[in-house]
Amino acid sequence: MYHVVKKRLLATGIALLEVNAPAVAAKVEPGQFVIVRMDELSERIPLTVMDFDREKGTITIVIQDVGYSSAIITGMNEGDEFQDFVGPLGVASEIENYGTVVCIGGGLGIAPVHPIARALKEAGNHVISVLGSRSADLLILEDEMRAASSEVVIATNDGSQGVKGFVTDGLAEVLAQGHQVKAIWAIGPMIMMKAVVDYTRSLGIKTIVSMNPIMVDGTGMCGACRISVGNETKFACVDGPEFDGHLVDFDLAMKRLAFYKDEENRAKARLECNHEGGHH
Amino acid sequence: MTEKVESAKKVKIPRHDMPCQEPQVRAHNFEEVALGYSQETAIEEAKRCLQCKNPKCVTGCPVSVMIPEFIKKIAEGDFQEAGNVLKVKNSLPAVCGRVCPQEAQCESKCILGIKGESVAIGRLERFAADFGMQSGKSEVVKPQASGKRVAIIGAGPAGLACAGDLAKAGHAVTVFEALHVAGGVLMYGIPQFRLPKEIVQTEIDNLKQMGVEILTNQVVGKITSVDELMENGYDAVFIGTGAGLPYFMDIPGENLNGVYSANEFLTRTNLMKGYKFPEYATPVKVGKNVAVLGAGNVAMDSARTALRLGAENVYIIYRRSRDEMPARKEELEHAEEEGIQFRLLTNPVAIEGDERGWVKSLTCLRYELGEPDASGRRAPVAIKGSEFDIPMDTVVVAIGQGPNPLVTTSTPGLELNKRGNIVADPETLVTSKPGVFAGGDIVTGAATVILAMGAGKKAAAGIDEYLKGK
Repeated sequence: MYHVVKKRLLATGIALLEVNAPAVAAKVEPGQFVIVRMDELSERIPLTVMDFDREKGTITIVIQDVGYSSAIITGMNEGDEFQDFVGPLGVASEIENYGTVVCIGGGLGIAPVHPIARALKEAGNHVISVLGSRSADLLILEDEMRAASSEVVIATNDGSQGVKGFVTDGLAEVLAQGHQVKAIWAIGPMIMMKAVVDYTRSLGIKTIVSMNPIMVDGTGMCGACRISVGNETKFACVDGPEFDGHLVDFDLAMKRLAFYKDEENRAKARLECNHEGGHH
Repeated sequence: MTEKVESAKKVKIPRHDMPCQEPQVRAHNFEEVALGYSQETAIEEAKRCLQCKNPKCVTGCPVSVMIPEFIKKIAEGDFQEAGNVLKVKNSLPAVCGRVCPQEAQCESKCILGIKGESVAIGRLERFAADFGMQSGKSEVVKPQASGKRVAIIGAGPAGLACAGDLAKAGHAVTVFEALHVAGGVLMYGIPQFRLPKEIVQTEIDNLKQMGVEILTNQVVGKITSVDELMENGYDAVFIGTGAGLPYFMDIPGENLNGVYSANEFLTRTNLMKGYKFPEYATPVKVGKNVAVLGAGNVAMDSARTALRLGAENVYIIYRRSRDEMPARKEELEHAEEEGIQFRLLTNPVAIEGDERGWVKSLTCLRYELGEPDASGRRAPVAIKGSEFDIPMDTVVVAIGQGPNPLVTTSTPGLELNKRGNIVADPETLVTSKPGVFAGGDIVTGAATVILAMGAGKKAAAGIDEYLKGK
């Protein structure tokens, strides 16, 4: 039922999958996520929505091969099915006309920032997107982001495209141009989002981050995804995933992400072992 | 006269024990602990029943199972028919026979219990239900269609019981479930060793055979709403979304790695089958020393699960004494036999962590019991200066659950009480919103499986009545 209608490899180990899920596509808004499960033995994985098409009834997700389950999903092809595809989940982004806004996407984080940038632009904002990656060949969705934004600034760690450095360097360049930035969305690895909020805190610019903690059900029944925001415990799946970045305890959030490192390594090793065992 | 002699004799026969796996064996596996009666034992136990003309046991059953009738069939050796009689009132007898607190319900009213031991109604119910399941000959009679459609939100005990009765009344029923399987707490909460998931699934499949449609992965409040369901042609809606919001203690250190809500711990283990990791991809982990905070059935389930996952020391930490523990006596005894350690009159004040953000120890205070409070229970009072540390690797918080607000907050016009539970008429279970009914934990707060089923059945009667007037 939830079959892949289109697959595209965006970079090594990063796949875009357009999945048939009409009921989810009818309701999803920018900033929300889905939870997927490939088969009976699978775990439930949260994935932020990169795009949706209400008429075609599809949801587009982007996933990077970083572990056991993500390796299996990035290996899925057109026609393959997810057994479960739950959503939309979480609270939608607060889209309104702020004036000039900056949308920062770091690495895989460019995918979830895409629908937010587009919606902000449609709402009349001047949207400056800052895209970051380690190098030019790992930069994803540049064309889509150009279409969704008013301006695009690219930063690569090795300087192979755009500004040399991090997304914070890209943001510094935007601010140096004298833009009156009213709000910033920053989505990417926790360490990147922390760097952005540390930078914008002193500038007093409202900065929204999308948290990506460990999740199980995604409906508020377990608290696996709890994070600390302004010293209050919040469940990212129902209270978020977007929060005021200046209030988020990133050190705690990063420690919590490492909870299952040993088990994740075990699972990954098993997958590699299976491959050597004759599947390939 | 002969009847009196007969009953005097029966009082003297002790009830038949439930065969169980040996504690030292079962503490290390997830197989069902209680093994069930043999046919011979079931017949012997069934013969103890006095077949009262005015059976008190039935009044103790929240779904009014025809108890003497089904027990009579067992005594006669007609096990298939016993199962059929059970099913008249109870859509999930194999579940109820296992998890109901019979000692506080049907069995507490049994006349034999006054001078001797009550009939083991729960064990007989389980026996008859299991027999019907294994024979695979459960009867499905399709009733005449009423032409009315009912949407049920939540496939837990309340929703499933409601669905079963509405289907029997001829209504077209669709159940919307947020998780990827139906069953609610029967699937994610109660462990495999107490309630095998295969049994729950078989009972749910029986409901489907009766014509109940179950849609999984449907988070009502997100993918659709109560108002949209009504607009889309459902004549009535039943909300049975339960008490799935975990409470935490609100003490320092609760967000450290190694601290679980009981909901997360049990969901990973039961629903996601984390105990079979890495065959199943969801990990769950416990360290050597595990503290379970709380003393209800969920706490017992968590503690016994931790033991089976390989923990060496599992502690139940509870601020009152043994007499106040809300868990079923049988669960307490099972936990004790398996080696769970009880630290009573003890309450944690903080969880200490190491520099990597992992649980290291639990700081507790000792308590004593003071004067009885409003509920009649003696209030626990902290002893000043009694603070002490216990080394700990894992903490499971099992102090209760509240109502999940996803459905209620997306339903305008629905009256809630101050705790966030839905306000419903106790007789018809109709809410403040026309055509919308609610029952189970979402109305009462966290209670038992069978009370939720009772509420589901009551709501089904209320809905049927409402639809006839429509």
